[in-house]
Amino acid sequence: MTETALLLFWPALAGYTEAAVAYAGDTVRPGRLVRYAIWGVRLGWLAQTALLVAQAASADGFPWGTWAGSLNLFVWMCVGVYLIWGCRAPFRLLGLVVMPLAAVLLVLAWAAGGVGEPAGSQFGDVFLAFHVGLILAAFAAFTLAAALASLYLWQERRLKRRTPGVLRLRSPSLETLDQLTGRTIAVALPALTVGAGIGLARLESEGAAFDAIMGLTLLTWGVYAAFLVLRWEAGWRGRRTAYLALAGFLLVVLVRVVLTPFVHF
Amino acid sequence: MPLVLVGTSYQRAPVELRELLAYDPDLRRDALGRLSTDGAEAAVLSTCNRTEVYGVNPEPRELEERIYGELAGLSGLSHSELAPALYTVTDEAAAVHLFRVAAGLDSMVPGEAQILGQVRDAYEAAREKKTAGPTLHRLFRQALRVGKRVRTETAIGENPASVSSAAAELAERVFENLEGRRILLLGAGKTADLTAANLISRGVGEIVVANRSPERAAALARRFGGRAVGLDAVEAELASTDVVVASTSSQGFVLSAPQVARAMKERRGRPIFFIDIAVPRDVDPAVIELEGCYLYDIDDLERVVAESVAGRREEAVRAEAIVSEEADAFRAWQLSLDVVPAISSLRARAESIRREELERAEGRLASLSPSQRRAVEALTSQIVAKLLHQPTVRMKEAAAGADGVLYADAVRHLFGLGDDADPARKPRQ
Repeated sequence: MTETALLLFWPALAGYTEAAVAYAGDTVRPGRLVRYAIWGVRLGWLAQTALLVAQAASADGFPWGTWAGSLNLFVWMCVGVYLIWGCRAPFRLLGLVVMPLAAVLLVLAWAAGGVGEPAGSQFGDVFLAFHVGLILAAFAAFTLAAALASLYLWQERRLKRRTPGVLRLRSPSLETLDQLTGRTIAVALPALTVGAGIGLARLESEGAAFDAIMGLTLLTWGVYAAFLVLRWEAGWRGRRTAYLALAGFLLVVLVRVVLTPFVHF
Repeated sequence: MPLVLVGTSYQRAPVELRELLAYDPDLRRDALGRLSTDGAEAAVLSTCNRTEVYGVNPEPRELEERIYGELAGLSGLSHSELAPALYTVTDEAAAVHLFRVAAGLDSMVPGEAQILGQVRDAYEAAREKKTAGPTLHRLFRQALRVGKRVRTETAIGENPASVSSAAAELAERVFENLEGRRILLLGAGKTADLTAANLISRGVGEIVVANRSPERAAALARRFGGRAVGLDAVEAELASTDVVVASTSSQGFVLSAPQVARAMKERRGRPIFFIDIAVPRDVDPAVIELEGCYLYDIDDLERVVAESVAGRREEAVRAEAIVSEEADAFRAWQLSLDVVPAISSLRARAESIRREELERAEGRLASLSPSQRRAVEALTSQIVAKLLHQPTVRMKEAAAGADGVLYADAVRHLFGLGDDADPARKPRQ
């Protein structure tokens, strides 16, 4: 299994890295490298899909119950969500944020043993599949929302500063970026609610202790809930909501990358 | 047959002369009739920036004189008055010129889009009038292909090349599209007029015109199908406006930052885009500091256009490579024409021999069943095709290397073919 996994890990990493470099190059000479970037994303994602399938086939239970394993799954979800519409012409610049992040997190998952033989878990498969699956899906969507918010702030800054080359790079309008950030968070928040709810229910039934990750996850939930409420009720738009989406994402990074390996697993 | 182009463009002739040399569709039809009296091929490309007459005739000098006469007749100027403004280009250079024109590489603004449609119009007019023969058919079809390739394979036409289109594209970077948006026009300058027209062409929903003079505001509103308001109502209008185009002749700001700030409170975060093309400016520059407000003055817009045109020039280098590739293809096609008659004669001769031999063997083949006869037909056809395949390929290759006529003559001599070649054709150097 380890050999097969490594055989699939390197093409996946190569695809994501190539895509990240090509997206960066495309900002210098628009339109030339983007084709290679898109193929890098596609081939990398296919290789990672094969890697996950191989892990699932060789595992006894839920294969991504560890922190590193779940990070591997998280990267796959992020790139998958990006692939759905991120590769379309106006959204290609999102690749500048998503692909380097995907490459770095995949290396982290590999270094922590998340791409090799799946480790067993003390928790039941169904619980893990729903709890981990839903929370990771929500976090992947929040990551994408953060990429959209970053693109919004970058584009807004260029328009405010009246950069002469503002039209040379194709990017979505501010209005589209703002709406998509809002919609992505509106879809992701229920997934986080259910995923975290399942975890809390389990916690209560087993009488286990409440840890810092759980607290931070609830805080993350609060930030995104505030995002939606302020948007719908107070009419917040644009820069303010973009900063709020990024603040939420900082908490996601704190939960997912910094604290989870030490506290939750 | 030689291809001749005689014409003029903005690079050679001032607008006063170009006006005299412009063809409308009726004039063009008549001109095509006169130019093709002896069976010559002819096409006329006429735009505001150029008039070019393309012709194909065995006697290029005679055709050139005829085109000069045609243009002199149209403009009412003498040959010597016209000559300094006209250029004459022949054969491959004429083809390359048309390809560059279709690609927008010879335009005032590199990559401008209208020229491709104008080349298509010239071709359609020649087709309708039946003055486009094999050479012009091939030339114009290939020119249209060059134009499409350049626009799809390079970014030469992607960025705006005028202040009005830059303003509209910038507005589309704030709002996804302008359909159903509300525009407020302050004042009525020429550039504002063009900008408003550009925005309207992108589907804006409602136009409100505000002017110091209510009569002028009403007249402009009627023209754009909008409504007129006084300048005192501008602040109230801002609450529901998406794009403001300002171009009054006022000496002070028409819109101050506090006025806009008050309006923004009512907009619940919805952005607003200001295009200030007035000098002195109409919109307080401090407006840019307000959240959700985007402001471009005439200098900003001109900088965006300059950057955009510079980008087009960079892309023009890639476009030239496409033109050169297509010019090679056109040259190869022209050269292959040298051997086409010889290849056709050779094939006809081989086919007639095959038929004669089959007829001679009719007595011996009479007992064959229909399927056996078909097999014999197919077999003999295949033998002829296989025998002629290699010589045909070699002759076309030789034509591309400029030895086509020599090979064609050798084939005619060896196989005893009639001399049906174009007498005007000479070996190419």
